[in-house]
Amino acid sequence: MLRAVYKWVDERLDVTPIWRDVADHEVPEHVNPAHHFSAFIYCFGGLTFFVVMIQILSGMFLAMYYVPDIINAHASVKYLQTEVAMGTIVRGMHHWGASVAIVMLFLHTLRVFFTGSYKNPREFNWIVGVLIFFMMLGLGFTGYLLPWDNKAYFATKVGIQIAESVPFIGSYLATFLQGGDMVGATTIPRFYALHVFFLPAGLLGLLATHFILIRRQGISGPL
Amino acid sequence: MAHNQDGNQKQVHYVGDSRVRVNSKEMLPPDYSQFPGKTEQFFPDFLLKEWMVAAVFLVGFMTLVMAESPPLGDIADPTNTGFLPVPDWYFLFLYQLLKYKWAAGPFISIGIIVVPGLLFGGLMLAPFLDTSKERRPLKRPATTWIAILSLLGVIGLTWAAEAEHVIQVTSSAGTPAKDKKIVAEQDKGYELYKKNACIKCHGDKLQGVQGPPLLGVGDRLKGEDEKLTRKEIEHVIDNGRGAMPAGMFQGSEADKQVLLDWLMKQKQK
Repeated sequence: MLRAVYKWVDERLDVTPIWRDVADHEVPEHVNPAHHFSAFIYCFGGLTFFVVMIQILSGMFLAMYYVPDIINAHASVKYLQTEVAMGTIVRGMHHWGASVAIVMLFLHTLRVFFTGSYKNPREFNWIVGVLIFFMMLGLGFTGYLLPWDNKAYFATKVGIQIAESVPFIGSYLATFLQGGDMVGATTIPRFYALHVFFLPAGLLGLLATHFILIRRQGISGPL
Repeated sequence: MAHNQDGNQKQVHYVGDSRVRVNSKEMLPPDYSQFPGKTEQFFPDFLLKEWMVAAVFLVGFMTLVMAESPPLGDIADPTNTGFLPVPDWYFLFLYQLLKYKWAAGPFISIGIIVVPGLLFGGLMLAPFLDTSKERRPLKRPATTWIAILSLLGVIGLTWAAEAEHVIQVTSSAGTPAKDKKIVAEQDKGYELYKKNACIKCHGDKLQGVQGPPLLGVGDRLKGEDEKLTRKEIEHVIDNGRGAMPAGMFQGSEADKQVLLDWLMKQKQK
């Protein structure tokens, strides 16, 4: 039955090559922690992706309750955390996951750097990886404001002051981030849109590129 | 699809009526036969192991999540002048860099363009700066040393920012006290406070004169949610901090404990 369904779909959509590209490849010994425990350093990239998945899933559930406006933002987070079943857990996953994602991403970057895996022919994938790093920092910065407590407000104010001090484009940058002259009513929806639409879209595109390039080029050999 | 009339119904190739060229070369995964050793199929053998690593990771992660509930402070109050801003930890190094005189004010370009530009530009262009074939870190000392020194720089800046923030928070006035009343004014602790030099700088109503106010010092926040401990207050009394000299308390050890008890009672409702 299942085979028949698969055949029916495959005849029309030709899914076998997709399956082959995704799953049918060999993993060399030097990255396999089952053979060399020290190969756990090759897990950091996969774990970063795992945390990104946690962030996306928990974030989707947070978005069910969060209200991105100046009056209700803090109250909705408070409600989520104190009234909603499992709200603390889901928000906790998103809050701590943000830091863990940066840590994992950092460790992955160090691994790639010190094993020289960024070298010819993988230069392009290294650049994509650094862009992913910037995206994640951007997600961290925009997400920090959303609970709209004192810490969030003043940290964002400082962040925008730093952006404003960039020569020439600083004032435009600050106006773009604030949506006006100050951190306030227009800033929250703006950061929210950046945090849940623009930056994740960019991140997913970059991640797809990152993975396609890995599959095309393979993992770099043992040192 | 419509032009696929060669009788081959097994697979549909969309290239027939599109402009996409037929690519006869399949995207086969690279061959690892040049690396001696035990290669393993990704699916399902290796994926199963990856899932086990992910499961162990998830247990650790969820333990952290359940042990520490995410902090949520009071609603943002732009008029709160006592609040010390602090960015998330991974931005601290940049925040700290911009505090130095050589990277701020007229030299802001150094702090905001030159140093981060070198750091992130160097990171991004690493494959084009280090073009040798050698991959082992010990065999390419220049690259390795530059990376380690930059890493130490970033860690050092982060550490300095955190240390400075803790000092600022403990010695700052903090959020202005709402309740101006001294707790337990009849306590022996207040007597000791008056007899020693404390009262000169911190005021007869704990309002602060040259020194910071001590109203609500018993639950003053250090960092985000961590409160000042009795030990830390004792440390300040013994060793001073900032403008406060060491050894301001002249009484006996027992009296100091009484004073500390009283100070820890100064909590805001």
